[in-house]
Amino acid sequence: MIHARGLTRVFKVKKESVQAVRGIDLDVEAGQLVAFLGPNGAGKSTTLRMLTTLLPPTSGTATVAGHDVARDPAGVRARIGYVGQRNSAGEEFLVRDELVTQGRCYGLRPREAAARADELLDLLDLAPLARRLPGTLSGGQRRRLDIALGLIHRPDLLFLDEPSTGLDPKSRAEVWEHILRLREAYGTTLFLTTHYLEEADSMAERVVIIDGGRIIADGTAEQLKNDLAGDHIVITTATEREAETAVQLGGGVREGVTVRLRVAHATAALPGHLRTLDAAGVKVVTAETIRPTLDDVFLTLTGRSLTDDDIPA
Amino acid sequence: MTTFLRDTTTVFSREIRPSLRNPAGLLFDMGQPLLFLFLFGSLLDGAVGSSWQWFVPGILVMMCLTGPMSAGYTLLVELIGGAMERLMVTPLNRTAMLVGKSVKAMLTLLVQAVLIIVLALPLGFELHLAGVLGALAQLVVFSVGLGALSFVLAIKSAPGGTLFYVVSQSIMFPLLLLSGVLLPLETAPGWLRALGQVNPVTYVVDAQRALFAGDLANPSVLYGTAAACAVAAIGLHLGNRAMRRGV
Repeated sequence: MIHARGLTRVFKVKKESVQAVRGIDLDVEAGQLVAFLGPNGAGKSTTLRMLTTLLPPTSGTATVAGHDVARDPAGVRARIGYVGQRNSAGEEFLVRDELVTQGRCYGLRPREAAARADELLDLLDLAPLARRLPGTLSGGQRRRLDIALGLIHRPDLLFLDEPSTGLDPKSRAEVWEHILRLREAYGTTLFLTTHYLEEADSMAERVVIIDGGRIIADGTAEQLKNDLAGDHIVITTATEREAETAVQLGGGVREGVTVRLRVAHATAALPGHLRTLDAAGVKVVTAETIRPTLDDVFLTLTGRSLTDDDIPA
Repeated sequence: MTTFLRDTTTVFSREIRPSLRNPAGLLFDMGQPLLFLFLFGSLLDGAVGSSWQWFVPGILVMMCLTGPMSAGYTLLVELIGGAMERLMVTPLNRTAMLVGKSVKAMLTLLVQAVLIIVLALPLGFELHLAGVLGALAQLVVFSVGLGALSFVLAIKSAPGGTLFYVVSQSIMFPLLLLSGVLLPLETAPGWLRALGQVNPVTYVVDAQRALFAGDLANPSVLYGTAAACAVAAIGLHLGNRAMRRGV
């Protein structure tokens, strides 16, 4: 569905060239749900804008939905849906009118466009709002309208740029519910950017991490966490001497009476580890297993935390 | 070509719908020109011959300057929001986007112009049909050019938008005042008249006055038409280029 090779974009800022995206190679197969994760300014949106023909690549190639983004942008546009970062309905237009217009933009006949608009209003629970102006909708409702606009021509591939940014947790959950429902019903390939770690973690089948314009990790959230961060067992003992013994027996890093140990499958390894310590006379006071987060993965890869970058530099 | 026409229709019918939903807005937009017409027109009555005959064409040109500016403004709003970006990802023809918006602005201007003429009739405004039709055609050409220029300005101003306000405000009034729309420039000092003569709007205003007076053979009609066509050609060329480059 997406095949990018050496995709690069250079911006000129005050006579200096800034490489926003540096030679990205990416393949996404039909039906996948891919989250593009990275801090602000990592090149997520720039990559997305190149894949959706909004921005010509400086170099490299990309084939999206079977068409080359540079040579045949019209072919790409006809086959993809796009939900941008900002709200995409015009302020002066009624909700349903915008949906019909959107259908007409894709070449649907007036009657088809109207039927499709009504279908989407139902699908995204927007039917009661059909005759309202976008400005009177709540944040979550507007976002669902954006998604409806992106789906009007039943695209096989839908790009979503930060679909849940700026929404409260309830609206965010609703938006996700709709995204997942749609995927189940139509098998749409979904490619989305996000800087919410939990979102990428729980929703996406595949996480592609980008930093400084380069892809630095690519896999399922589980793979990334196992390979790049790993589980930990953390125990505390009554005395430092016992903690030291625990380190000698099973390894790990001691800090006071706390021992932190990296293992492959923490929940499975914990009982055995405790028995070993018990047999050696080490009295364990507390024990817990810690699953890594994608933030730990990012930290391992870059030495920085993803969440630090929420404040734009 | 058929897709181009279809796309133009799509854009036009999108743009026209808010006006149809709220036709009173059309009158509201005419508030300032109407105020000028009745205030200045009454003040100047007698000073420049029949003031209505002199003033109505000027007011029409004034609307022709403000109308396209507001068309550019609506584009700017859509550029700052995400609506324009959304449309740019659809296969919609870029030029059709520009043309559809221009046709709407043009139609709005025509309706407003006819309204002004109708309102001026009871005040003693004389109607020379051939002249009026010619004048309206010229206004339409001029407004298409100005509309396209204001779209270009909107595109260049996004995403901030400040440039749009600064340029439109600092250009609009000098253009208006130096064109002799509100006050005759004949009695102005030489330097002021010289400035008026490099202003394309002056030629259009002169031509409009000749046309509305039924003086179709007046050479100013030719100059005015040339000025309007030149503005239209430049505007459409730049507008088309800006649209194709992407937003």
